[in-house]
Amino acid sequence: MDALHDVLAPFGPQAGHVHALWMLTLAVCTAVFAAVLAALLVALLRAQRAGAESAPDLSSLGRPEPGRRRSVIAAVAASTLLLLALIAASIFTDRALARLSTDGALRLEVTAHQWWWEVRYVEPQVADSFMTANEIHVPTGRPVIVTLKADDVIHSFWVPSLAGKKDLIPGRTATLNFRADRDGIYRGQCAEFCGSQHALMAFFVLAEPPERYAAWAAAQRRTAGEPAEGQPLRGREIFMRSSCAMCHAIDGTSAQAVRGPNLTHLASRSTLAAGSLANTPEDLRRWIADPQQVKPGTYMPATRLSSEDMDALVGYLQTLR
Amino acid sequence: MNDERAMQQQPGRTPAPPHLKDGPGPGSPEAAALDATWRDPPGLLGWLAAVNHKAIARRFIVTTFCFFVAGGLLAFVMRLQLARPGARLVGPDLYNQLFTMHGSTMMFLFAVPVMQAVAVYLLPLMLGTRSVAFPRLNAFAYWIFLFGGLMLYAVFALGAAPDVGWFSYVPLAGPDYSPGKRTDFWAQMITFTELSALLEAIVVITTVFKLRAPGMALNRIPLFAWAMLVTAFMVLFAMPAVMLASTTLITDRLVGTHFYNPAEGGDAVLWQHLFWFFGHPEVYLIFLPGLGFLSAIIPTFARRPIFGYTAMVLALIATAFLAFGLWVHHMFAVNLPELGKSFFTAASMLIAIPSAVQIFCWIATLCSGRLDFKTPLLFALGFFFILVLGGLTGIMLASVPLDLQVHDSYFVVAHLHYVLIGGAVFPLFGAFYYWYPKITGRLMSERLGRWNFWLFFVGFNVTFFPMHLLGLRGMPRGVYTYQAGLGWDTLNLVATLGSWIIALSALLFVVNALRSLRRGAPAGPNPWGAGTLEWATESPPPPCNFHAIPVVHGRDPLWEPPRAAADGGPPPFTHVGGLAAHTRELLATTVLDARPDLRVNFPDPTIWPLVSALAVTVLFIGSIFTPWAVVWGSIPIAIALTAWFWPRRAETAVHLRLEQGP
Repeated sequence: MDALHDVLAPFGPQAGHVHALWMLTLAVCTAVFAAVLAALLVALLRAQRAGAESAPDLSSLGRPEPGRRRSVIAAVAASTLLLLALIAASIFTDRALARLSTDGALRLEVTAHQWWWEVRYVEPQVADSFMTANEIHVPTGRPVIVTLKADDVIHSFWVPSLAGKKDLIPGRTATLNFRADRDGIYRGQCAEFCGSQHALMAFFVLAEPPERYAAWAAAQRRTAGEPAEGQPLRGREIFMRSSCAMCHAIDGTSAQAVRGPNLTHLASRSTLAAGSLANTPEDLRRWIADPQQVKPGTYMPATRLSSEDMDALVGYLQTLR
Repeated sequence: MNDERAMQQQPGRTPAPPHLKDGPGPGSPEAAALDATWRDPPGLLGWLAAVNHKAIARRFIVTTFCFFVAGGLLAFVMRLQLARPGARLVGPDLYNQLFTMHGSTMMFLFAVPVMQAVAVYLLPLMLGTRSVAFPRLNAFAYWIFLFGGLMLYAVFALGAAPDVGWFSYVPLAGPDYSPGKRTDFWAQMITFTELSALLEAIVVITTVFKLRAPGMALNRIPLFAWAMLVTAFMVLFAMPAVMLASTTLITDRLVGTHFYNPAEGGDAVLWQHLFWFFGHPEVYLIFLPGLGFLSAIIPTFARRPIFGYTAMVLALIATAFLAFGLWVHHMFAVNLPELGKSFFTAASMLIAIPSAVQIFCWIATLCSGRLDFKTPLLFALGFFFILVLGGLTGIMLASVPLDLQVHDSYFVVAHLHYVLIGGAVFPLFGAFYYWYPKITGRLMSERLGRWNFWLFFVGFNVTFFPMHLLGLRGMPRGVYTYQAGLGWDTLNLVATLGSWIIALSALLFVVNALRSLRRGAPAGPNPWGAGTLEWATESPPPPCNFHAIPVVHGRDPLWEPPRAAADGGPPPFTHVGGLAAHTRELLATTVLDARPDLRVNFPDPTIWPLVSALAVTVLFIGSIFTPWAVVWGSIPIAIALTAWFWPRRAETAVHLRLEQGP
């Protein structure tokens, strides 16, 4: 999935503030770097050359060096002033970040697991709340409050183009506010080392026009429909009697386990296994048959099925839109 | 009578008549007696019993350097794996072991101990004495370090190396998510190396405070010794935090205490506080010795005393204090109060000021000096480029908003390598070229040295500069692979190519170091025309370092000759005489002014530090598997330590005779 993930390409106010601070800090630091190297270069060019056998110049022991002293003091003073300015800039940016308006914000609860993201949309009406995984749809221009939790170990929620990161820590709750100001797909990835598949723990934030978001959310609230006769129905039976139903839930069926991602609308997502694979029938088949091949260490067990059964299962999962 | 028995009990030592006192120069019978007294006993047993600071330090330096090479090779494999997206050279399990081993090796088995090892070699020479304080403790610290490092690499060879990062965050490192013994080996390696580091800190502090040559008042100590003194104090305050952390981690894992288990009232963030309360000072206790190296190298090759000595010393001390006030900048992404974070932002940025003071003072020194462009100076100049860049990215990371974007990304990987390699490894290489002739008696090849420097400098920047960009483009650290199409492919490939250049440079260094052992030009006592005391004695130094303890009249004793007598006659005080030549007697001086204070008897070589270290190793490794190891393992330790400290009748007699003497 072509998605944005660049600190230097911000698409929301939070990442934007940080980007502005970055540009300022980068400019100051580059100037300081250039000045220090220039001073060093001048020193090296100006100084005379001598060998080890030459007598050391001890004149500095007898008399002070007021000129050099003044230069050093001036340089230290200038560095201090620049640092104070950067501290102030940093604190002002912090305040700007805290001031993001959260009026009418969308509320999400993200729980990180080894190695996927559980996403719950929290609506005032409990019946309107719904679950998904690894993909977060948000309406463009509307602020989002994300409550961050972790189920097992520490993870970190980071969407570089939208906002800075925040850790998800077991036993603690954190929140992160952001807003996407332009439609687009923004890639995020776990940023705290969390075990063997830390590398393949991505997620996506899809910012959409409000009406498209509303349509998507309405679809997500629906439970899974009754599959058509034939292959899909057989696929559901296979799902229910194989190990799938031990870990996954499909709302509207008897599968209600919460160990793995909720699959009620699996086919509406564009990737599998936290961004590891594209959501195509072939990749889905590969993933179910041998997850360790794709994501060594994942907790999802391999499911051995005959070719027809696998076709049926994948066929059924494809209907979960 | 007692004396004769003392000599009979020490086979292999040439007995020296007890009436000989030190003082005269090399070649005299007194000098020969001194050398015989301070020489470690011959043979394998003698090698194992050695306590001479130079022998221990040489082993220490070689051992840490071997770990450096091992850690570098691990990194090299990691770079190969990351050269292209989706590579399958190593899987996640091995990769996670590699990066954990790399970080742990470089931090715990190389960067801190190598500085202490170099200090153990140099300090007595620089300060004008014959030994470090507590030479047996020093030997013990080396053995403990060696055994801890070997244990870690043994389990790596067995495929059971720790795999949760050098920071071992809980709960990932806790019993639920890291079953097996991998993390316990990591935690116990911490115990080994931190014990060693603490003991070495005590050795360094006591040596600097009490064993300086007369006249070397506190304001005349070489800046390297100041840097090591400050570092040693930092070790004393920083290391207990991580020993506490690693011990509670082991008890969580071994006996089910719940220090870090949120489900049972523990706290996962507590670990981070404890770890970084050590972990941030750790950076500076790697960096300060590097600054000390530069303060030794720059004046020598600028042919003038350092500019701003007092400011430099105060900057070192200020850095040490500030270093303990900014650990939270590793935890900005944790949900902590915002106002508190601002304090740590300020502290993290302001620590740049003492470093700036030193950098400006060095530039002032270079500017007004007459430069001798030898390899050590090149490495010092490399420091300016790399460390200043790393320091500036550090200022970026100190800012909470910026840190939240680049924290735990490859930007941090770039930053920390710029700081640690620029701030410690470049100065260390410079130091190696600088003091190699002192240690071996031969100069390293300048030509290979230049190649070594330029390849390292270029390779380093090619490897690590692209990582800044990778981090800004969203690549997190600690990933064993990445997918194609994320815009990370080219930069990663470039970084990997750079690592080849670094590897080549390191190879040249090893070739140069080994070749120069035999083929290098003889150095003589002072090949660089330097001013500090270590260059006053032969290269390599005799077992007793100095046949007569010098009296110091200035900060650069070899540059500032002793003052003439009041009547214009020859200088009245140039050397101290009168210490016994037949036993290890040393002059202790006062802390502030280095006035002669006491004659101290130093212990003879003994095998017991090694035996004690083995006993401690048995306890440490045993307690990974059963808490009972602490009970039964303490018995051999008690026996070994008792034997170590048991007063030998003959030795005591010698010491008593000296005490009664005039």
